[in-house]
Amino acid sequence: MMSVLMWRSCLSRFSLNGPRALGLCTFFLWLPQSLTADELHHAFELATHCPPGFKLTEERRCELNSLYDNYHSPHDSGVGGPRAGLPEIRDGFSPQVIDLGRYLFFDPILSADKSIACSSCHDPDYGFADGLGRASGINKTVLDRSAPSLWNIGFFDTLLWDGSKSSLEEQLIGPLYSDKEMGNRPDQLIADLRSNAIYQNLFTVAFGPGEIQLDQVYTAITAFESSLVSLNSRYDFYAHGLQTALSPSELEGLNVFRSFVSRCGECHTPPLFSNQEIAIIGVPEPEGRPFDPGAGATSGIPSQRGGFRVPSLRNIAKTAPYMHQGNFESLRDTVTFYNGGRGHAVPEDENLLIHWHIWEPDLREEELDRLVDFLHALTDEGFMPEIPRRLPSGLTPGRAMNRNNLTSR
Amino acid sequence: MIRKTIFRGLWLCSMALSSLAIGAVHEVKDGQSIQAAVTKAKAGDIIKVFPGTYHETIYVDKDDISLIGIVENGEWAHLDGEKILNDAILYSGNGFSVEWFKITKYKGNAIMGQSGNNFSIRNNWVIDTGLYGIFPEFGHNGLIENNILSGIEDAAIYVGMSDYIDVRNNQVFDNVAGIEVENSRHVLVEGNVARNNTGGILVFITPGLPIKSSYDAIVRRNFVTNNNTPNFAIPGSLVAGIPSGTGILVMSGDKVVIEDNIITGNNTGGIIVTSGDFVTEVASDKDSDPHSDQVEIRNNVMFDNGNDPDGEMKLLMLSKFSTKGPDILAYQSATEKERGSCISRREAYRSYGLEEWADCDAPTVRAADAVASASDIGTTRQLTTKMLEAPADPRIITADAGGAEVIYNGICAGCHAYNVRLIGPPALVIQAQYGDDAQAIANYVAEPVRRRPDFPNMPPQGHISEEMRLLVAEYMLGLDG
Repeated sequence: MMSVLMWRSCLSRFSLNGPRALGLCTFFLWLPQSLTADELHHAFELATHCPPGFKLTEERRCELNSLYDNYHSPHDSGVGGPRAGLPEIRDGFSPQVIDLGRYLFFDPILSADKSIACSSCHDPDYGFADGLGRASGINKTVLDRSAPSLWNIGFFDTLLWDGSKSSLEEQLIGPLYSDKEMGNRPDQLIADLRSNAIYQNLFTVAFGPGEIQLDQVYTAITAFESSLVSLNSRYDFYAHGLQTALSPSELEGLNVFRSFVSRCGECHTPPLFSNQEIAIIGVPEPEGRPFDPGAGATSGIPSQRGGFRVPSLRNIAKTAPYMHQGNFESLRDTVTFYNGGRGHAVPEDENLLIHWHIWEPDLREEELDRLVDFLHALTDEGFMPEIPRRLPSGLTPGRAMNRNNLTSR
Repeated sequence: MIRKTIFRGLWLCSMALSSLAIGAVHEVKDGQSIQAAVTKAKAGDIIKVFPGTYHETIYVDKDDISLIGIVENGEWAHLDGEKILNDAILYSGNGFSVEWFKITKYKGNAIMGQSGNNFSIRNNWVIDTGLYGIFPEFGHNGLIENNILSGIEDAAIYVGMSDYIDVRNNQVFDNVAGIEVENSRHVLVEGNVARNNTGGILVFITPGLPIKSSYDAIVRRNFVTNNNTPNFAIPGSLVAGIPSGTGILVMSGDKVVIEDNIITGNNTGGIIVTSGDFVTEVASDKDSDPHSDQVEIRNNVMFDNGNDPDGEMKLLMLSKFSTKGPDILAYQSATEKERGSCISRREAYRSYGLEEWADCDAPTVRAADAVASASDIGTTRQLTTKMLEAPADPRIITADAGGAEVIYNGICAGCHAYNVRLIGPPALVIQAQYGDDAQAIANYVAEPVRRRPDFPNMPPQGHISEEMRLLVAEYMLGLDG
């Protein structure tokens, strides 16, 4: 029974057919096996197919297919209205690397005390955020900012709230080794993974023979995160030409959204609903919290003080509370802020260069309601990945801290 | 054949052909809804709007729609926002055309486009529609012609992040900015009257926008006169920093030709060329170049400019021992030799900061040259348009195997993997069930009924055209892993 299982897993792993595969896999099974019978019992296998939305190329790489591929992207900017092309996505990873990334993403083995995983702050049930105003790191350390959603993150080359990172690999090193977040060290992380026979085996399948390397870890997590694509919302069907996809109130909301009175769409530009720029909008910090200088502290451009990267609004209904430290509880509160007048909540001792699109649009209450209706039409989680039932570490997949709140939402 | 290759269902917008197709004509009379006609219309249709007053926001998210106002005995089709509605017309479709409307009292815009290519906006009469009058954004290939706009708080005509646009023969007055070309390329601004605005014609880069450049603009044969209206822009907007009395302002724009204009009576200055430092109220952007490079100022007739410079410009001129403003001012980095700018007949103008500019040609054009358009040395006279010869990208999904693959992967694969159970049954199972009967799948997915108790209901896919559903079904049946 055991050897049949292994033999079949071998076949699927190498995506081979016919006598050649039979021979190859039979040969592999003659090799001495380092895995124990117990470990094999769990039969960790990496997918040979791409995540939904991605097509397997002849080179066995996963390439995103989206209806937006048909549209021109002005100056390769990835912005430009309903029928414009997307920014380039980080794709071209193999199915195995992406699937390995999925295990790593959910596995608390990545943290110093094995208590939290990437998914503890980027939980699928919360739109790959965590439902908290400020994220919770190792030892329940409350961080300074909220965990951003990861939906469509593979399209971004401006990452983090302050826009200070330009690739996922560069970004994820931060939380992995920050004392406040996952608290790990590179040597410990690599030692933990290398001493895990299942991971060693999975890395070999994904990357070829050899010891596990740190950059393989970063690549795999990047590959998985880039596979989190959401482009089939009701809004998208409308954009592609289905007139009835949006309800009348959502359509009204769309028209408020793209009007130059509200100007929402000027920064939250379709199709990604972000132009990836730094914008200073002057939201009030939660009570008792110090002013957050945002990009002004990290970009080397003092005039960006109080500026943050424009986040995407896709799946925004799933990621309350909002803004860089959960400044607003609901979408309604958030849109109301923009109606409050230019700089109305800026502390007296701050002199911020508030973005020119922030003004006093004087929207009516019902227009604000319609805006919220429209934002709900940006929800699509059709390509939700599966949460691993078991992890190679034997640990339980990391989940958001306040999951008990979920039912009341 | 060509017709067949173009997918003509709801997804699509078959623009390349539809300009040839004769569409239906929908008539809208006073008291009826223009939007209702737009909702009914198909690509290629014309909507005629008869004289009357219409309180609506009209949105056009489909291709090749023409909105034509009918003017009878001086009575116009009048879109009136009553200062309650935000915008008169929003469009994203390609090949959009709007003409002969009177548009007043909106809060945002008269006509705003996002991403529509090959547009035409002509013969409209716009009064006080809030922030902008005519504002195409992210468009390629468009014509803005013969419109009359006044009373706009920001720019009357605002070409934003667009390419290949002609702005011709419009009249703009009593606005903050008359015509503004911002982060755009290949733009011809010709034959317009820009008078009594705060600033007449502006070519800009605004930092912090996703499309970063502004180059190749020709500002030619315009009348830029008496732009001395006090600045009434809302605080914080970029144009709030424009000194009253500005004729033409180039800020960070590259390869801008200013030629054959008549520029008179602008109290701060006739032409100001400057860098992004000119406006200090906006956060910097490391990816946008603040310098104005390769500006050519040729053969403009200028007099009576600079009689009463505004605010900071007055102080600047005093520092140059003058109480008057200039005809032409190069300011900040625009004065530098390495910017590569040039001026013709420099002695004709009262100018400042042009010491390091080169001389450029401005040949005398004789009557025969004007007709025969002989040589193009030192003039743009030969060039008649910046629009494209062939229409820009129509943005369609093609009805072929490639289009089918995109739809399969983009939508179907969310639930159907090849040999693994996701939300729906694997493609392998479906192949076993249907064999090569793609038509049965195409029919089923339009109105699915639940067949497998262990799977959830499939959502209907009737939004995909029948032709395309068949192609996608064939693609699914042909999958082999």
